[in-house]
Amino acid sequence: MLRAPSDTLLLGAVAYDPKVVTIWEGFRLWFAERGLDFDFVLYSNYERQVAAHLNGEVHVAWNSPLAWIEARRAALARGIACETVAMRDTDQDLTSLVIVRADSPYRTVADLAGARVGVGAGDSPQATLLPLHWLAAQGVTVEARRFDVLVGKHGDHVGGERDAARALMRGEVDACCLIDGNHAAFTKEGTFPLGAVRVLGQTGAYDHCNMTVLGDGHPEMGRFVELLMSMSWDDPAVRPLLEMEGLREWRPGRVEGYVALEAAVERFGTIDAFLADVG
Amino acid sequence: MSPAAPPTVDVGALPLAAGGHLLVRRALRALPDGARLTVVGTDPTLALDLRAWARGQGVPVEGERTLVRTPAAEGRWRGAERAGGAGPDGVVDVPSPRWGLALRGAAVEAGSPALHFPLATKAEVWTDEAARMYRKAAAAQWDPASLPWDTVVDHPAEVEDAVVQVMTYLVENEVAALLVPARFLAQVHPHFREVLQVLAVQAADEARHIEVFARRALHVRDVPGLSTSGGQTSLATLLAEPDFALSTFLLSVLGEGSFLTLLWFLAEHAPDPLTRAIARATATDEARHVAFGLAHLGAHLAAEPDLRVRLVNAVTRRHQALAGTAGLNEEVHDALLLLAAGGWEHAQLAEGAARVTKLAADMDEGRQQRLKLLGFDAAEAEAMSSLHTRNFM
Repeated sequence: MLRAPSDTLLLGAVAYDPKVVTIWEGFRLWFAERGLDFDFVLYSNYERQVAAHLNGEVHVAWNSPLAWIEARRAALARGIACETVAMRDTDQDLTSLVIVRADSPYRTVADLAGARVGVGAGDSPQATLLPLHWLAAQGVTVEARRFDVLVGKHGDHVGGERDAARALMRGEVDACCLIDGNHAAFTKEGTFPLGAVRVLGQTGAYDHCNMTVLGDGHPEMGRFVELLMSMSWDDPAVRPLLEMEGLREWRPGRVEGYVALEAAVERFGTIDAFLADVG
Repeated sequence: MSPAAPPTVDVGALPLAAGGHLLVRRALRALPDGARLTVVGTDPTLALDLRAWARGQGVPVEGERTLVRTPAAEGRWRGAERAGGAGPDGVVDVPSPRWGLALRGAAVEAGSPALHFPLATKAEVWTDEAARMYRKAAAAQWDPASLPWDTVVDHPAEVEDAVVQVMTYLVENEVAALLVPARFLAQVHPHFREVLQVLAVQAADEARHIEVFARRALHVRDVPGLSTSGGQTSLATLLAEPDFALSTFLLSVLGEGSFLTLLWFLAEHAPDPLTRAIARATATDEARHVAFGLAHLGAHLAAEPDLRVRLVNAVTRRHQALAGTAGLNEEVHDALLLLAAGGWEHAQLAEGAARVTKLAADMDEGRQQRLKLLGFDAAEAEAMSSLHTRNFM
């Protein structure tokens, strides 16, 4: 019977889109050409990935910001070290926006008290947790209307944000929340007709996905990170993969950008049940 | 932009998503690496859209609205490679598979996928005549509806039967003449786009020929004539030839060349003005196909003299493959005779027989002339022509 090599460095990733297979298969070959024995395991949702990571089934996990917090807190409870070793340039210093229709009466964030606010999936940091926390932190209580698309994928799929934006244009909600880049993207694709919306508020900057390592990780982890950092947009072999994964370069991981999400998770109790489950 | 000009770009009231990013990108590209560019404008979301846009482009941002010019500003043009030169003189001997479907001379982004086309060398497919031949062919396209379909057929019923039989035979030959270039069309590297265009028009020509021959077959009758085993066997050897040069040689130079003589024969001797008009129109197209085959085989022979031997072998091999078949079927031969006779009088039949004999001689002479154009001497040409399929195509 064939057996998988036991010393392969294994990465966990969530299959939020079919392109995830193309991306990691491409990276796997690229790593192999450079002598790194690397493979990947795909999970259908972040909670399963974090649980598998805690069980030692993978050595590094490509985590959403919420999955990072799930992993960090569960590891803390078990007395295991948890660190982030890499993230994309495009994961750093993001913001989320609260958008209203241009012809609406809302002038300040405080005006939204009691209003219907369309948000993304219940586990989306950028389209739900961070903007709702930002509103609540200012004492503004709203009626959140969730547009749950692919729960478990932590908002990686843009569908929930777009559904909320469309609901805003149809007048079914009074405001909607989205990641900053989608303001221009939704304008360009016509979801927001030109001049039809106003930005009422913008959260502080936060960070998005990261490569999470628990405990000792793997003996080749340093080499893995070194190779990630060496990936260049100028390398024709790797450029299409970087483009699909949405980055120009990998950067060292950092944890300062998750403070607001930690607070949001506390406020809403988002991951309490998960943490109780994984013990 | 002069070096002394302040590094700012004013997008006015234009939102970044409504074209403002074009102004920013243009200004950024005009600067040297390391330079700063401040974006000025009155759109209320300019700063936040700018930051998100720059993040996606890999462009560093300083403060609220100042961008840093880096090689990332070149975007997908960075490291792009030119796919040869734009004009016919930019055709290269061996285009890169990574140039793929790109227009010749286009800048191909680094990391574009390699597309492997089986016919990917200039020596195999190219002729400097291709562009001119395509333009001529495109300008010479004719409308089947323009033919005299209101022609009333008043010749004897058996003569009409003969016309139907000849049309039935022509259609299956033209189907082969459609399939062969269509199959190679999909194999030629698009760098040689004029060749693709010529082959595409050839396929379109044959589609039109199939239409008019089929329509003529059923102009009076309800059913077509006989399709014979020998005829299809001969055509099957054309379809089976996997080599572009050999296939061109057998189909265009020898087969369509012989067909050209046959169509002029019909243009002269067919019993009704409609059939004669159809033959004239289709012969004009076939002449172009023969000319293209001669042009690119001539170029190929100049680049690869050994091809001569392979051409001789191809004719011989096909002759041997068809040795056990009946050749031109009796039905077609007799139909041509009756069609050229135009009636059952003894004198008419004798005249028809003489015309068909002359047709075979004319075909042979035409083939020998074309073989000589390709550089074969008189003896070689005579020998090779004699081995050509008796089925004409």
